[in-house]
Amino acid sequence: MTDELESMLLDGRVEPPKANGEVIFDEPWQNRTFGMARSLCEAGYYTWDEFRACLIQQIESWQADHSEQEPYQYFDHFLAALTDLMALKGLCETRELDQRSRAFADRPHGHDH
Amino acid sequence: MNDDQKHHDHDHDHEKKSPQAIRTEALESLLIEKGLLSEHAVDDVIANYAQRVGPMNGALLVARAWTDAEFKQRLLSNATQAIAEYDFQGGQVDHLVVVENTPERHNAVVCTLCSCYPWAVLGLPPKWYKDPAYRSRIVREPRALLAEMGLPLDKKIEIRVWDSSAEVRYMVLPMRPAHTEGMTQDELAALVSRDSMIGVEVLEASSRAGQPS
Repeated sequence: MTDELESMLLDGRVEPPKANGEVIFDEPWQNRTFGMARSLCEAGYYTWDEFRACLIQQIESWQADHSEQEPYQYFDHFLAALTDLMALKGLCETRELDQRSRAFADRPHGHDH
Repeated sequence: MNDDQKHHDHDHDHEKKSPQAIRTEALESLLIEKGLLSEHAVDDVIANYAQRVGPMNGALLVARAWTDAEFKQRLLSNATQAIAEYDFQGGQVDHLVVVENTPERHNAVVCTLCSCYPWAVLGLPPKWYKDPAYRSRIVREPRALLAEMGLPLDKKIEIRVWDSSAEVRYMVLPMRPAHTEGMTQDELAALVSRDSMIGVEVLEASSRAGQPS
């Protein structure tokens, strides 16, 4: 590792490399979404097979209907699958999530937690 | 890793967050309020996958299979049973099938419907594995796609593509590179790449053997 890379890693300017040098998550929210999906599964709220079914449905509907210019964003589908499953299981209504998301989006920039 | 990611996140607080980032944050806050997630549950899961789950586990199995014929037999006949003693973290290996590359047959792994992958032995899948291009082309035209990915295979070599199902996850047992006689299992494990266990790379003695991992 070069000194430059090491100092960039230490002060957080770049993500640390993951498996075989490739970054698995482009953005922190993707990692959080994956972590949530696994945590809830491990806690027994659903089986991974149920999650997989929602993910397949999301991907299939995108593949059936999207414009040429629209790039495939795997974790968008992953997040949508998770929120679908939460609604399906009656654990978190989509309306409630929409409201909370709007409230968070309206916060002044720089606010966190 | 996790701390680094938090710093990364904070660094960007003054920029506008993406709708997905906001929705993720909103979902987590709601689930914590509802008592479905604990404050640290997600951090713990993320740390576990970042630190303990990865292709080093699969590499260990491959190196052992190369040096231990009895283990190799067990791995090929019932991989889930054969790896039970390792207690690998990460899951998705309840029905693991290991397929062996030979001079006559090359194997590659895909999930055509989504992104199924044997996490406990290979870690989380790379981006290209989840892309529609790989998922469709590895089935439709495996020889052309593998060549594009840097693996031109002789026409005489049969290519078999294994598509993950609801239950089954696959891993490729690559061929042992030449001139690696006398290497220890640890040294051999260091030669085994993740891509060789997905089946989009073969291990070349000349380029990899002897190099530090």
